[in-house]
Amino acid sequence: MSQALPTRRDEAWRYADLDAIAKLWPLPEAEHIVVPAGGQWSRSIVQDAGGVHQIKMSLGKGAVAALYVLNIGGEYGRIELDVTLHDGADFTLGAAQIGGGTQTLEIVTTVTHAEPNATSQQTVRTVLAGHATGTYLGKVAVARDAQQTDSTQSVKAMLLDRTATANAKPELEIFADDVKCAHGCAIGELDPVALFYLESRGLSPADAQTLLLQAFVSGVFDGAEDADTLQALALAKLGALA
Amino acid sequence: MLQINNLHATVADKPILKGLSLQINAGEIHAIMGPNGAGKSTLTYTLGGRPGYEVTDGSVSFDGQDLLALAPHERAAAGLFLGFQYPVEIPGVSNVQFLREALNSQRKVRGEEPLSGGEFLKIARAQADAMGMDMEMLKRPVNVGFSGGEKKRNEMVQMGILDPVLAILDETDSGLDIDALRVVGDGINRIMRKPDKAVLLITHYQRLLDYVKPDFVHVLAGGRIVRTGGPELALELEEDGYKEMAA
Repeated sequence: MSQALPTRRDEAWRYADLDAIAKLWPLPEAEHIVVPAGGQWSRSIVQDAGGVHQIKMSLGKGAVAALYVLNIGGEYGRIELDVTLHDGADFTLGAAQIGGGTQTLEIVTTVTHAEPNATSQQTVRTVLAGHATGTYLGKVAVARDAQQTDSTQSVKAMLLDRTATANAKPELEIFADDVKCAHGCAIGELDPVALFYLESRGLSPADAQTLLLQAFVSGVFDGAEDADTLQALALAKLGALA
Repeated sequence: MLQINNLHATVADKPILKGLSLQINAGEIHAIMGPNGAGKSTLTYTLGGRPGYEVTDGSVSFDGQDLLALAPHERAAAGLFLGFQYPVEIPGVSNVQFLREALNSQRKVRGEEPLSGGEFLKIARAQADAMGMDMEMLKRPVNVGFSGGEKKRNEMVQMGILDPVLAILDETDSGLDIDALRVVGDGINRIMRKPDKAVLLITHYQRLLDYVKPDFVHVLAGGRIVRTGGPELALELEEDGYKEMAA
C-alpha cells in the first residue's frame, strides 16, 4: 500500500520530524493486537533506537490491557496507538519520554470508547533538554451509546532548557451524554527552591536535577512487570541530560 | 570558624545586607534577632549560596576557606548546614533516598568512602529515634504532608544525619508549639553543642533561647548588626521591642 508522505497540515504529524519520516518511508505495517473478551494483556516498549511504531489494538468485552512506554532513543521516535474499547474494557497507558539534543519524540494516541462501561487511563511524563521536541497528541473518542465511559489523561512536561519544546494536546470527542472524561495538562520547569534545598544538603546540581526528574517520572510504570528495569533505563537517560 | 567581614548583599538589585560583620568561634552558639525586613533570611541564604542573593562587597571565611567561592553543595560538604524556615516538599523523593545521596555526596567531596544502605539506615534510625520521629515517616516523600512541626523535626533529623560543623538555623522555632519547641531545642543542643561545632540561630522570638542558651545575642537591623550582648539582651528585646535598637 503506498501512502503519501504526511505534511505539516496533517494534524497528527504537525510536530513530527518530517525529514526523518521521509527516510523511514514507507512505514512498516502497523502491528495489530486483539485482546479477546475477558482477556488480560500487558507489554512494555522501550523505544531506544528511533523509528515509528504504530499499534492498533482492539479490546473485547471486559478485556484489560496495559501498555508501558519509554520513548528515549534516536533522532526521531514516535509511538502511535489506536485503541478501540468494547463493553467494559479497560486500557492503561503509562509513558515517559525523555529527550535531549535535537531529538523529536512523540506519543500519539486515539482511544475510542466504542461501547458502554469502558475505562481508560493515560499518564504521560515528558522531560526535554537542549533543542529537543516532545509531543503528546491524545484523542479520546466516545461513541454515541458508550455511556458510563470513564477516561483520564494526565499529561505533564518538564523543560530543562528554554530552547526545548513541548507540545501537549489532549482532545475529547464525545457523543454520549453520561460519561466522565478528565484531562490535565501542564508544562513547567524545575522548581529552583527545591533544587537549592537539595543542593544545600550536599547534592551536586546535576544529582539534584536528576533526583527531581526521577520523582517527576516516577509512577508512570507502576504495575508494569518490568517496572524496575524501565525506571533504571529512564534514570540513566535522565542522568545523561544533566 | 566563621568570619564575616563587611558583607553587602543584594536581592533583585535591592541592597539588603549593608556591611554586616560577625565572628563565630568553635563551641559558640550565637543568636541573631531582628525585626521583619532586617535581612535575617537574606543573611541565611547568602551564606548558603542561594541563586539570586548577590554579594556585592565583603568576605566570608569558613574554617579558613573562602565560603563565597564555593557552590552550595560544596559549602554543605565543608560542614555548613542550613535549616530552612520553610522546608521544601519534594513529592516522589523519599527522605531516606535523598539523605543517603546527600550524605554520600558530601563524603565523596571530602574523599571518604560512601556508606552502604545498612550503615546509613543505622545512622538514620538513631537520629529519627532521638527526635521522636517514626522511621516510617523517613521513608515517605520529603516533607510531603508533614505538619509545620514535623517539617522542623525532620530538619533536625537531617542535621543529625549530616552532622555539620556549623548550623545556620533560620527561624527554626516558627510554627512550633511549646512541646515541639522543646524537642527541637533539645535536638539542637544534642547535635551541635560540642567544642568543635557552632550554631547561628536566627529568630524573632526569645522563647527558643530558653532551650538553646546562646553565648552571644546580636541585633540585626537595616542590614547590619547594631548591637551585641549576652543572653540578657534577648530578654531586654522581648521587653522593649526592636524599635529603640533600630533607632
